Amino acid sequence: MAPRDSISAAIRAAVAAGRPALVGFMTAGFPTRARFKEDLAAVADVCDVVEIGVPFTDPMADGATVQRASFVALAGGVTLGWIIEELESAPRPAAPVLLMSYLNPLLAYGLERLPKDAAAAGVAGFIVPDLPREESADLAAALDDAGLALVQMVTPVTPAERLSTLCAAAQGFVYAVTMTGTTGKSVAVPDDVLDYMDRVRRVSPVPVCAGFGIRSRDQVRRLAAHVDGVVVGSALVEVLERGEDVRAFLQTLR
Amino acid sequence: MSTQFSAGAPPADQLNARYPDMKGRYGRFGGRYVPETLVPALDRLQAGVSRHLPSADFQAEFAHELKTWVGRPTALTHAAALSRRWGAEVWLKREDLAHTGAHKINNAVGQTLLARRLGARRIIAETGAGQHGVASAAAAARLGLPCVVYMGAVDVERQAPNVGRMQLMGATVVPVTGGDKTLRAAIDEALRDWVSDPDGTYYSLGSAVGPHPYPYLVRELQAVIGREARAQMLEQAGALPDVAIACVGGGSNAIGLFHPFLGDTVQLLGVEAGGRGVGLGDNAASLTFGTPGVLQGSYSLLLQDADGQIQETHSVSAGLDYPGVGPEHAFLKQTGRVAYESATDEETLDALSECARAEGILPAIETAHAFAGARRYAARHPGARILIGCSGRGDKDMPILQRTVLKDYR
Repeated sequence: MAPRDSISAAIRAAVAAGRPALVGFMTAGFPTRARFKEDLAAVADVCDVVEIGVPFTDPMADGATVQRASFVALAGGVTLGWIIEELESAPRPAAPVLLMSYLNPLLAYGLERLPKDAAAAGVAGFIVPDLPREESADLAAALDDAGLALVQMVTPVTPAERLSTLCAAAQGFVYAVTMTGTTGKSVAVPDDVLDYMDRVRRVSPVPVCAGFGIRSRDQVRRLAAHVDGVVVGSALVEVLERGEDVRAFLQTLR
Repeated sequence: MSTQFSAGAPPADQLNARYPDMKGRYGRFGGRYVPETLVPALDRLQAGVSRHLPSADFQAEFAHELKTWVGRPTALTHAAALSRRWGAEVWLKREDLAHTGAHKINNAVGQTLLARRLGARRIIAETGAGQHGVASAAAAARLGLPCVVYMGAVDVERQAPNVGRMQLMGATVVPVTGGDKTLRAAIDEALRDWVSDPDGTYYSLGSAVGPHPYPYLVRELQAVIGREARAQMLEQAGALPDVAIACVGGGSNAIGLFHPFLGDTVQLLGVEAGGRGVGLGDNAASLTFGTPGVLQGSYSLLLQDADGQIQETHSVSAGLDYPGVGPEHAFLKQTGRVAYESATDEETLDALSECARAEGILPAIETAHAFAGARRYAARHPGARILIGCSGRGDKDMPILQRTVLKDYR
């Protein structure tokens, strides 16, 4: 099985067990570099898929929490090279690991060596929030050679025709952004969001996970019948920041 | 393997072609690197630009506003005293005389007119020196649209007079305390606002940077500077200049001045902010010291470290204090058609003082970088006919000038 296929397999296994998959996001090296492996193990224990955020100086799609985490991680010396080294030397988690990064740190690392190094460290795919499909040919081709997924985002304002095009080419899962806006703001889950998730699911050959603003068990319950998984990001980052029990928090969302 | 980020066709051939291309590329630079949420909004903007910008109706309305409200055409002034001092023939394109005090108003009026045609309910803008903020506030007030301006907290302090001007014209000024607290952080925050309401909000971007079609749109709206200057040179000087010189931060006044001269044998020189030295973090000269990368929607030259993290910049001028540059400038540098150099804070303030005393014109600190570059050019080319883009006036810089140039003044 190519690494990219492990992502959809993990999500489908959760769905087969009667619950939406839980995708947990954490910024690498936040709150500290020293705790990274331990935090990763805790998150991977409960989550079906783990997204590791590569910090960037200009996280334009992120709200206050992930911005803060990025700046602290950068100040602590976190780089993509360090993240890959840590993943290489950590016990391989059962849950597939994705890297979420803005494009520029990936370009700086080098598209020639990135896929190979990432695959060797156990990474199954990438999410790149400032890379629309029209600009993604080079990265997609490079990742494809190494069997890695480039996960596509769709949003409530994505027109129907574009939604079909994006979903048809999707790998791993479709990341369905719940709202227009940045990460972290808690959202109600009105009926039109459920309708939108249904629309995405109808055209997507891979599982659909809802993300942005998901913080509570109530939200997950309401979304459960309409998605294959949920992404919890800022809320998890805040739990890590406060040093609270990560497993206990994540269990409330399962 | 890689095609998107490699050099591609020979630059000379690309320059002869029309650019940007359909994907907003200037050679290898440009493009549209934005969150998926903004893709439909940029598609609409692009369709709006294609439909309205060439239309006689839009152009007539734009020309009318430029003439009767902005005060165009702006003057071309023969700088007799600087000419004598430098041993050259110096001409100034006086964007400092435009309404609100800088070239920024050309773009702000054009984009606000476009926003109204696209049915926008509100205008947002970022600002560094405050000139695009003031211009956006003025244009929004004139056209009856609410306006929110994002401004780095550092710039709110160092360009305080402009904050009050925006507020008087009804705009809401939001100080940005995240990131580097200057222009870059203001653009990030404006993008976050736009992501939250991509349908009802029009983002009036103030420089020739950002995702396609902004670099193109801003160039087209600012090209009035070069078109006027070209005709005025022929009329008043009897010839085209040997060189046209402009300061470059994001690069809107420079591209506006340069673009109509690209087909002529006129040399073109952009002057970046050299700050306090050549080290990373000591300047804002992305074309001189930068490397290729993606920031805030386009692939261009950036001041970044080996890990692709964007570096903080230093410049005495808030308007040039930006670690990237418009993709068309990166392309024009690569082709060799435009030369770029930098001027330090010290040279710039010296040039500002000289211009003020010699010509009775107080240029903005941003603008003074062009004067510093022109003085050096004149030393290298005695007798040259030099056109300087006098992009804005320096009233807004009084708090900085009090602390620097005027600190020993009695």
